[in-house]
Amino acid sequence: MRLIVPLQGVVQGRGGLLMGSLIPCTLFYFLQLYLKRHRSPKPPSAPLSPYPSPSPNLSELPRSASRSNLSSRGSISPARISNRASSIARPNSSLYYVGLDRSLEDPYDRLDNPEGIIQLGLSENTLCLDLIDEWMSENLNSSLSEGDGDEFGLARLATYQPFDGLMELKVAMAGFMSQIVGDRVSFDPSQMVITSGATPAVEMLCFCLADQGNAFLVPTPYYPGFDRDMIWRTGVELIPVHCRSTDNFTPSITALDQAFNQAKKRGIRVRGILICNPSNPVGNILLRETLYSLLDFAREKNIHIISDEIYAGSIHGNEEFVSMAEILGEEDTDKERVHIVYGLSKDLSVSGFRVGCIYSFNENILAASKRLARFCSVSSLTQRLLVSLLSDSRFITRYLETNRRRIREVYDMFVGGLRQLGVKWAEGSAGFYCWVDMSGLIRSYSEKGELELFDKLLNVAKINMTPGSACHCIEPGWFRCCFATLTPEDIPIVMERIRRIADR
Amino acid sequence: MAIGIDLVPSVQLSRVAESEKHGENSPYFAGWKAYDEDPYHEVENPSGVIQMGLAENQVSFDLLEDYLEKHPEASIWGKGALGFREKALFQDYHGLLSFRKAMASFMEQIRGGRAKFDSERIVLTAGATAANELLTFILANPGDALLVPTPYYPGFDRDLRWRTGVRIVPIICNSSNNFQITPQVLEAAYENAESLNLRVRGVLITNPSNPLGATIQRQVLEEILDFVARKNIHLVSDEIYSGSAFSSSEFVSVAEVLESRPDRHHRYRDRVHIVYSLSKDLGLPGFRVGTIYSYNDKVVTTARRMSSFTLISSQTQHLLACMLSDTEFTSRYIETNRARLKKRYGIIVEGLEKAGIECLGGNAGLFCWMNLSPLLEELDREGELELWKTLVYELKLNISPGSSCHCSEPGWFRVCFANMSEHTLEVALARIQKYVEQRMNAVII
Repeated sequence: MRLIVPLQGVVQGRGGLLMGSLIPCTLFYFLQLYLKRHRSPKPPSAPLSPYPSPSPNLSELPRSASRSNLSSRGSISPARISNRASSIARPNSSLYYVGLDRSLEDPYDRLDNPEGIIQLGLSENTLCLDLIDEWMSENLNSSLSEGDGDEFGLARLATYQPFDGLMELKVAMAGFMSQIVGDRVSFDPSQMVITSGATPAVEMLCFCLADQGNAFLVPTPYYPGFDRDMIWRTGVELIPVHCRSTDNFTPSITALDQAFNQAKKRGIRVRGILICNPSNPVGNILLRETLYSLLDFAREKNIHIISDEIYAGSIHGNEEFVSMAEILGEEDTDKERVHIVYGLSKDLSVSGFRVGCIYSFNENILAASKRLARFCSVSSLTQRLLVSLLSDSRFITRYLETNRRRIREVYDMFVGGLRQLGVKWAEGSAGFYCWVDMSGLIRSYSEKGELELFDKLLNVAKINMTPGSACHCIEPGWFRCCFATLTPEDIPIVMERIRRIADR
Repeated sequence: MAIGIDLVPSVQLSRVAESEKHGENSPYFAGWKAYDEDPYHEVENPSGVIQMGLAENQVSFDLLEDYLEKHPEASIWGKGALGFREKALFQDYHGLLSFRKAMASFMEQIRGGRAKFDSERIVLTAGATAANELLTFILANPGDALLVPTPYYPGFDRDLRWRTGVRIVPIICNSSNNFQITPQVLEAAYENAESLNLRVRGVLITNPSNPLGATIQRQVLEEILDFVARKNIHLVSDEIYSGSAFSSSEFVSVAEVLESRPDRHHRYRDRVHIVYSLSKDLGLPGFRVGTIYSYNDKVVTTARRMSSFTLISSQTQHLLACMLSDTEFTSRYIETNRARLKKRYGIIVEGLEKAGIECLGGNAGLFCWMNLSPLLEELDREGELELWKTLVYELKLNISPGSSCHCSEPGWFRVCFANMSEHTLEVALARIQKYVEQRMNAVII
């Protein structure tokens, strides 16, 4: 249904040349993606067939017994890359990436390029970088070779380190994570594996919790990056479990149960649920009761829960964030199913430093992850820097408070602007984005309508916001707008541009 | 009264998680455990286990320290072109341009300018370990095979196979020709793979070789290139020890071979991929810096995207960009490093000779490949492991047995010499000499 309706419009010839070409192309990619996702597993590889492009000098070539090889002086038979690689090499089809690529071509700059594309598609926070910058200049006076009395000098850092991170950093991270949840949880450094960002952490958990062909249930809308990070190399499948605006996009156990059973009928084994809490892209926080229900569900089906809590420290609203770790009791045997992903890219804005972690209660997962961490370790240099930064608890307290306040200020301004436009948004209290209901601005209440609006926003209004379809949202018209890189002056400009296309 | 048993089904893990492919149960790692439990220290524990199984380069560390002291702007930023703000957010998988350029220039310097590297073809990864795994994901499907000449770095069993599901089929080399790769053994390996119904996707060589400590000759590289072209497969050349060849002219990179024959270059181009890292030549394994250099555009694009899972911290990229673009420093470093490694090699070979132990003629790397077969009770794998136990637990030397490197002949051991002071090396050699003496006396009696 979602695919047929948009095609109708194309067939009927509505829309200009641009949309006539953009939309079919986009949909074609979607179709490919859809088909690829639902394709049955490949049969075992058969012997290589001869290359299809013969050269004119065929008769001169010696042939090996079993594998024909048609390379000659003139033409080259390209050595093939793997199937996994082929799908990655293709151009990014998700509108999440389309939007990002397009904005890079024509980025807005108040002075140099005022007609450029304003970036609302990257979930980044630049509001408190000045604080960290200040900390760095005050605290990083000594050159690397001096270190802190040789304890952390080059000699110590240059050599091979434990792949899963320095214990000092784990202690500092655990302390930071505990501070973020108001010390309602005491995170244990020995249950942590440090990775080069949250991206490899999520992938690593997929490798450890599921075999190729297994699946994870993922409540929608979800972060578009999961479609890449969790699937590319692992061969697992993501099964979207649709949430509704009527529930403020909170996952329902009924829907999870339905999805689980449907997968079972298809012969697909579900190994776990992936939740993002606080949610990306919606920005809401799951209630304690919801977490308990999810845990009950996981227990009943004997599956895992991955809880991506990367925005835990970026709460701007009044709700209190509850980590999965908090609802697990001391003696809870279900602890074995719960794995938390965290990182410093969002709460501390240091995405360039590549620091993430897996936090698990499962000894076997920790053991496997520690070994796999060799493929994604953090530079010792950066670890040292962060140990210093995170251990400065006075600074961290001030930072977290200021960060919260500044995000709130921009959020208030942003939603204030939306209010004036008469545009609604989902209740959210966390993250750097607002989940906006632009369905009032789309012509047909459908995915096609949403795509049209996305295109208009990107190419006419020159604003890049991520359409809900890229996040697998079942309701058309929702867009994720990231606001934490905007200055107060930018917001009225954004609103004005939206107004301009709304009026057309 | 019956005791209630908790029958809660425990939640299962994947095959990858439960697999033994991490290899930590092999002797290679057991020696490490022995070291961890009783590490040698010149003053505090002079009778402890000396770590000779870790290929780490500490001989030129002072040069790095010196550089950083004189150039604090490398480790502290903010005043430079790319300030803190940009770096904090920089997670572009293309990597810092300045760093890529610096890497390209460094790699060119190591090859004496005999090959050119385009910074647009450099893909950054957090270490060569990640680079090798990434290339394997890209070049092969699960169930496919890579051909790897033996003896090889034990870590390959894990890095190339664990998550990728790819198999390794050995190219069996032997001591009759100093373990060189020949067209015959290449062909034999290929046929072996076929007989196992495995589809071969590429050959992975390490040049200079680990554990042999020797460079691959130009002629052999040409033969390997011909072979991969004939079979229409890829060639990965792991050149992480390229800067540790004792003299620049001794090392021939596959990049040089490609460039020296432009007429054939196009036949080979798309197949050749080079892995490099700063862990060995620069002695900075803690920084986690690796790179893939590919002549194949699709591989570059794919590797770049896949490197999202293993990016290098922008802070580290910045520091190394500063250091490596200082070409005066780098050329001095490369030269000094080579000379010091050569000297160390001389010391260990001489010391072993005194004990009547022969080594394979080596000209590169941080280790030497020694032949202890005369000391084996039985000339087989068990005999080798018996001797290895003696070396670890009695002589207290952690040396890697050839069997962990899949060597086809028993009795060969890899011994590292660059991760310790000269004094410690002398201590280790003395222990070996004493042991051999004891063995000889025992025989006489």
